[in-house]
Amino acid sequence: MLELKNLGKRYKTGDDALKGVNLTIPNGQVIGLIGPSGAGKSTLIRCVNRLVEPTTGTVILNGTDITKLSSSGLRKARREMGMIFQEYALVDRLTIMENVMSGRLGYMGFWKSFFRKYPQSDIDEAFRLLERVGLDHMVDKRADELSGGQKQRVGIARALIQQPKVILIDEPTASLDPKTSRQIMRLISELCKERQLSAIVNIHDVALAQMFVERIVGLQDGELVFDGAPDELTPEALTKIYGEEDWEATIDDVDEGEENVGDQNT
Amino acid sequence: MPVTTKGELKVWQRRDRAKQFKIWFGWFIGVAIFMFCWKIISDATTWFFVYDAPRIAVDIGGRAWPPRWSYLSELWKPMWDTINIATLGTLLAIIMGVPVAFLAATNTTPSKRFLRPLALLIIVSTRSINSLVWALLLVSIIGPGIFAGTLAIAIRSIGFVAKLLYEAIEEIDVNQVEAIQATGASKLQVIAYGIVPQIMPAFAGLSVFRWDINIRESTILGLVGAGGIGLYLQSSLNILAWPQVTVILIMILIAVVISEWVSSKVRLAII
Repeated sequence: MLELKNLGKRYKTGDDALKGVNLTIPNGQVIGLIGPSGAGKSTLIRCVNRLVEPTTGTVILNGTDITKLSSSGLRKARREMGMIFQEYALVDRLTIMENVMSGRLGYMGFWKSFFRKYPQSDIDEAFRLLERVGLDHMVDKRADELSGGQKQRVGIARALIQQPKVILIDEPTASLDPKTSRQIMRLISELCKERQLSAIVNIHDVALAQMFVERIVGLQDGELVFDGAPDELTPEALTKIYGEEDWEATIDDVDEGEENVGDQNT
Repeated sequence: MPVTTKGELKVWQRRDRAKQFKIWFGWFIGVAIFMFCWKIISDATTWFFVYDAPRIAVDIGGRAWPPRWSYLSELWKPMWDTINIATLGTLLAIIMGVPVAFLAATNTTPSKRFLRPLALLIIVSTRSINSLVWALLLVSIIGPGIFAGTLAIAIRSIGFVAKLLYEAIEEIDVNQVEAIQATGASKLQVIAYGIVPQIMPAFAGLSVFRWDINIRESTILGLVGAGGIGLYLQSSLNILAWPQVTVILIMILIAVVISEWVSSKVRLAII
């Protein structure tokens, strides 16, 4: 279980990115975090693994208060939290295998990792994961040779090989086309089910969020303004999160579902 | 105002009248200063020697030709020394410069207040002194020879390697570094997986480039007694053995051309 209690972040510039957010995510639940640009979505998930240091509040993962950990304790805690990024954040000049294996760095000594002497059990797991995401035939390609969708699949494998309890996902589809976006979201939600993972998914595409997550949380100017099931996301709720706009079309999009994608591709 | 109205028309000009005048005035001052300096230099020059220069040049050229090719057999060893001075010096500079670069880069330095200024000081001080001056100092400290030359090249190159490398470190993509940090990697692992792959092309390029420069610099270190082919150039000049000087210059020219060719090939292969 991941609990955020009164989580707040003030940047040096004086901007309050998060204003006391309280959120509890039970094990195995995937939540979609929606909200306008600048609402603090990225800051929120980065506060969970302390890539951004929260100024107030606590983050508790299965009983451990992450905000109080020393730097070596934090490294151990980060092993339990996978992260997937908007621009994939693969190391371009490393191979797919090395990129996936970088998810195991927290479990390895420096010299073993420096000379790429990975344990066979980890290599087996990497091959299993790459097969699962459909990339087992290109382990030796360099990351910068892949397309966006393929890169994100490597990113997913890198996060999962950590054997995490939670995955933090920052705009996984923002740089992808609509069809690849759906494939990636489907893959993420299937993998979370298979492995009983909780996940926070920052996402801009409301319709996509409604299709693939079981709970939606709306963030507006650093505060939670919505928390409910995908079908509770009415035009009024969207107005509260994003501001005034004609929301009917966005919601219609969800009802039509898959056919819509088919149309776009033909 | 660059825009003026003439009746119905809006006329646009790059500059208004006052600004244009100032620019012309600036040019006038510049040309006046140039003429004045020319006058001073001209007064201080013994023009007789300058008029005489072509005759002397032809005279020396005549004595220097034909080159004394038999001298070549004595030059292979010092040329080999020169190449070793450049190569070992570059290697030493890399070994010492890389840690300095990581201390100097704002995103990797362990302490911005103390270690970073120290690293920058090392960079500036080693870079600002010419390798010939370093060689002079080292020859008097550790005695003449190849070792002094190698150290002179190494010290002069530390700043160069460290400066270009730390600039490359500061320009890396932080997302890749964040991603490695998020896996629970240690600081050294973050450097090895998140930073090193990103700076490899810059590192390879600048190392070969510095080696290429060092081949050229090490050819003259012998002038101050720091070993290599420069020593032979010095002694040939001293005894006015112009045909030998020609051979040495041709040899240096060929070495430099080859090193330039090698470094451009290596750079193309890596990047």
